Amino acid sequence: MKKLVALGLTYAIIQILIMTNLISDYIQATLVTICINIILAVSLNLITGFTGQFSLGHAGFMSIGAYICALITMRNPTVYGFLIGVFAGALAAALMGFLVGLPTLRLRGDYLAIATLGMSEIIRIIFLNLEITNGAAGLNGIPQFVNWTWLFIFMTATVLGISNFIKSSHGRACISIREDEIAAEAMGIDTIKYKVIAFVIGSFCAGIAGALYASYFYFIKPDLFGFLKSVDILVIVVSGGMGSISGSILAAILLALISTYLQSFPEIRMVLYAAALVAIMIFRPQGLMGSRELSLELFGKLGDSLKSKKGRV
Amino acid sequence: MTILDVKKVTKSFGGLTAVAKASLKLEKGELVGLIGPNGAGKTTLFNLLTGIYTPDSGTISLYRDSQEIMLQGLRPNKICNAGLARTFQNIRLFKDLTVLENVLIAMHKNVKYGFIPSFLHLPSYKRQEEELINDSIELLKIFNLDDKKDELAKNLPYGEQRHLEIARALATNPSVLLLDEPAAGMNPAETAELTRIIKEIRQKFDLTILLIEHDMSLVMSICERIYVLDYGMVIASGTPEEIRSNKRVIEAYLGEEVNNA
Repeated sequence: MKKLVALGLTYAIIQILIMTNLISDYIQATLVTICINIILAVSLNLITGFTGQFSLGHAGFMSIGAYICALITMRNPTVYGFLIGVFAGALAAALMGFLVGLPTLRLRGDYLAIATLGMSEIIRIIFLNLEITNGAAGLNGIPQFVNWTWLFIFMTATVLGISNFIKSSHGRACISIREDEIAAEAMGIDTIKYKVIAFVIGSFCAGIAGALYASYFYFIKPDLFGFLKSVDILVIVVSGGMGSISGSILAAILLALISTYLQSFPEIRMVLYAAALVAIMIFRPQGLMGSRELSLELFGKLGDSLKSKKGRV
Repeated sequence: MTILDVKKVTKSFGGLTAVAKASLKLEKGELVGLIGPNGAGKTTLFNLLTGIYTPDSGTISLYRDSQEIMLQGLRPNKICNAGLARTFQNIRLFKDLTVLENVLIAMHKNVKYGFIPSFLHLPSYKRQEEELINDSIELLKIFNLDDKKDELAKNLPYGEQRHLEIARALATNPSVLLLDEPAAGMNPAETAELTRIIKEIRQKFDLTILLIEHDMSLVMSICERIYVLDYGMVIASGTPEEIRSNKRVIEAYLGEEVNNA
């Protein structure tokens, strides 16, 4: 119940700020980037942080969602077309995740990372050479349907869905693979099945994120979804804490804010950004949140302790 | 009634034959010991039985509800679901999860709700999770671990980690339990407590148990039969008294000089 109130409040406050034009277009674009990055990071966290499978191919799945949604909404520029595009994109990404995951998830650690990296490069090069995707020039003039309301709905659904999944027996099966694969198998967990499932859910959400991206920024090209984008997402997951959903959310917000603030120093922007990442890794090698979660109860306790301190003064 | 029948199982690693045509048979309800000097192939045999290694030759059959299930070549999770569970010599708990979560994971095969209820936390999810948690706590009570259910597994003292491993194996609802050196590193008081627990769970869950152990007093006091393994071969089998006086066993443990002396 408290959760619903908190979510509703967050949505309402930002919606009012947007309607009263208190937030500039530039800040709105940052907001959109944050939401999309939250979806990407939380879904990659399911694969890498919770199931323990190191993937460097998340941008590949994102691009599938982006291109499919773009192609569908360009032919059918209505809200229904947009929604169909999002789900078709997500399903296609999930299917790709299944096809790629089945053979590669037998690999471990760095081998898997290289296999997923190769896979996402293959996807990028396919988009680069297809006629329907307009090659390197990319697709331009994608109808814009994404607004704060849609973003908020998709982001909340992804985050709640994945955090609920983690707390179910199926989610615990995924976590047991990260903890000790041999013991998990010996306890009757079908490790290959659950690795593939984590991969499929993760790529489904990445597909959603890609579709939202395409629909908001109305321009996509293959270069946007290269290796660097995958690394960007991984950076958010690692600096937020592997295995912490609230950590991924926090890191997505924090890193976007740092990056936006640094726009005022264009020459040394990337240097400072990288330095901030190095600082996080030195002082919090386990990530901002480690594997813990922020919760409303925590805020409650914090409030109580503040009150009791004030009382004493 | 035979419950586990291992016939001439062989496994080589390169030029080394770790297990050579080992055969053993467990009758339902028995408590059988597996002993042998270091490097005799005891743990390799366990790994063959539980599917971590695939045997080069030989067959392993498990009988459940008078049906024969061939275990060789199956993946470990299939073997576990067929009713053969194990503990590990070098404790392999899910260290960063709580005691309760360790047991819950092993109960996964009882879960009937699908993926949609787990995303949405539908009533079927809530009802079954409650059941699972209650069953897990009941199981933990046997090991006096119920009041530590929210503790991380890695923070438990060593002896309790060994107990939790047994609890986790029991949570998979096995008919045959394989214990790999359950008393390793325990002091006499802890070993006595372990002996009591093994006897209790055997009664309560109608188990057949095969255990590897170096603590001879434990093996001799609770096992009804003992198999002795040396250089991957079964060199003797019989009651504790027979094993104690068996020449080949004494040789294997103490070296051949005993004969000459």
